Amino acid sequence: MEDTVKYILELKNVSVSYSPGKQAVDNVSAGIQPHTVTAIMGPSGCGKSTLLRAVNRLHELYRDIRTTGEILLKGESVFRMNPMQVRRLAGMVFQRPNPFPTMSVYGNVLAGYKLNNISLSQAEKDGIVERSLRSVNLWDEVKDSLNKKGTFLSGGQQQRLCIARTLALKPELLLMDEPTSALDPISTARIEELILELKKQVTILIVTHNMSQAARISDQSMFMYLGELVEFGPTKQMFTKPRDKRTEDYLTGAFG
Amino acid sequence: MRHTLEVLNQDTSQPCDRSQRYNPTDRKVTTQQIVMLRPGRSQRYDPTGRNATTQQVVTLRPGKPQRYDSSRNSRRIKDRLFFYLVCCCTFLTLIPLFLILWELIQKGYRQFNLGLFTQVAPTSMEAMLARISGDALPGGILNGITGTLLILFVAILAAIPLGIWVGIYLAEKGERPLARLVRNLADLLQGIPSIVTGIIVYIWVVRPMGGYSALAGSVALAVMMLPMVIRSTEESLKMLPASLKEAGLSLGGSYASVMLRVLLPSAFSGLFTGSLIAISRVMGETAPLLVTALGAAAINWDLSRPTSSVSLLIWEFYNDPNLAPLVWSSSLLLLLIILCINLSAKSIATKWKTQ
Ligand SMILES: Nc1ncnc2c1ncn2[C@@H]1O[C@H](COP(=O)(O)OP(=O)(O)O)[C@@H](O)[C@H]1O
Ligand SMILES: [Mg+2]
Repeated sequence: MEDTVKYILELKNVSVSYSPGKQAVDNVSAGIQPHTVTAIMGPSGCGKSTLLRAVNRLHELYRDIRTTGEILLKGESVFRMNPMQVRRLAGMVFQRPNPFPTMSVYGNVLAGYKLNNISLSQAEKDGIVERSLRSVNLWDEVKDSLNKKGTFLSGGQQQRLCIARTLALKPELLLMDEPTSALDPISTARIEELILELKKQVTILIVTHNMSQAARISDQSMFMYLGELVEFGPTKQMFTKPRDKRTEDYLTGAFG
Repeated sequence: MRHTLEVLNQDTSQPCDRSQRYNPTDRKVTTQQIVMLRPGRSQRYDPTGRNATTQQVVTLRPGKPQRYDSSRNSRRIKDRLFFYLVCCCTFLTLIPLFLILWELIQKGYRQFNLGLFTQVAPTSMEAMLARISGDALPGGILNGITGTLLILFVAILAAIPLGIWVGIYLAEKGERPLARLVRNLADLLQGIPSIVTGIIVYIWVVRPMGGYSALAGSVALAVMMLPMVIRSTEESLKMLPASLKEAGLSLGGSYASVMLRVLLPSAFSGLFTGSLIAISRVMGETAPLLVTALGAAAINWDLSRPTSSVSLLIWEFYNDPNLAPLVWSSSLLLLLIILCINLSAKSIATKWKTQ
């Protein structure tokens, strides 16, 4: 018998469908341990993003999307929690950097507090901004332009700003959907380093279709194919001796 | 170099015309064809042509560019002609615009003085006396300016918040039957002649209130502004990437706070421009005000009483030969204000554009 609280995130028979009868995510079950990096891999269209977005209940924004099964965040069902609380506990970083265009760098970092109507003293604000920007290694680059619009930064800086914005709220789980796919190799390398550092603070679930990236940064890997979770286990094991033929085919480049 | 397959007719070596393009089911054509690969304009070809019969020969041969020279020349001439035509039409449409402006300046500058802004409209008698002695007309259009400000201000206060509210609804719940109905009604409303709107407001507001009033004028202008504000709000919200809303909500924001603090500010330039254009459109409206605000000789700040406006004054001046010279200066002023609003709307749209 496994103790459920040992997992920070537990998926039980999760299925998501965009239209009736077509499962984009099909009966996925998995448990994620705290302070690990888990990579979700698979050919595009296999349901990686869909699975990730089920965790913080983003699917509820759209009609017609049905999510079934159970998702436990720290042992508690996300469907029984307040969605706003779920989303604060499980922060999300998107594929394309999306800083709020009307806000400065400073304002972007504090956006979560503003959106949650949490008032802070000036000293608290300054502290949070500096700490969050330092934790994404962006502080030295932007400390002189905190009042500039977040959209003036380079793509890689913008993405780190978005990570800082999410971290500012101290989430326990960080959901990242191909956070480096829109970035150049140098920015990508910086974000990968960052992910390894952040492991101390948060648990990370990262979607990537870059296999070498998964190998570099993740402890655990999931391989999805056509909505199904084909294989889930330690990354090293998956890359050296995959259990399933489809995983092997994918890793050797037979498709994807 | 790009190669395209072209189907040529064997005896003439000319491209077959479109109607007899290679068709595998047509025996007669296939036996006569050579499929050639050569550089040239990209052209669709039927991939099934590769399943050609044994009677076909496939050759690879460089093209003969000189064959196209004459057509290239004529195309250049056509391009030129088209360009000159565009220039001509642009010039033609500019002529009346400049003539209007010229006419207004020429006829209006004499009356375009400080008095225009500081005095109320003269009576017909005052104007006649001034004309007889050859002076410039006394008085101005202050009662019209204050009236326009009052009527417009109340209309803005009503139409813009309401329009933004409805626009948000359309942008967010656009597929619902009610939203579709509202959207269609808004489009319909935009097409209603302004005099009709005025008469409806006369029935709705003037009659129950027992008299013409600035408020009735405001209602008429608000009804005219509403569809423009609704649609521009909807369009500017829809232009925002979905990820912006998702990012806001992912930070744990409530829907209202994401809308208020992220989405509306990001769409602000569109909202503001749309509102300014709506204002400038109704600013010069005369017909709906004639049957609602009516007009007044003195300055009036009371919403429940008849009130003048710049456009109403222009209409009155036009109808009185003694006051006619004031038509030009007032029209010039109205035109300049509307021009300023439109130009600032444009510069705001480009300056505040958020990516
Ligand atoms: N908004 C949507 N509406 C309908 N179908 C969608 C939508 N988003 C994704 N899908 C479908 O769901 C499946 C999984 O998509 P997604 O999770 O985005 O894949 P991945 O992130 O692995 O590339 C795909 O087949 C895709 O076509
Ligand atoms: Mg995806």
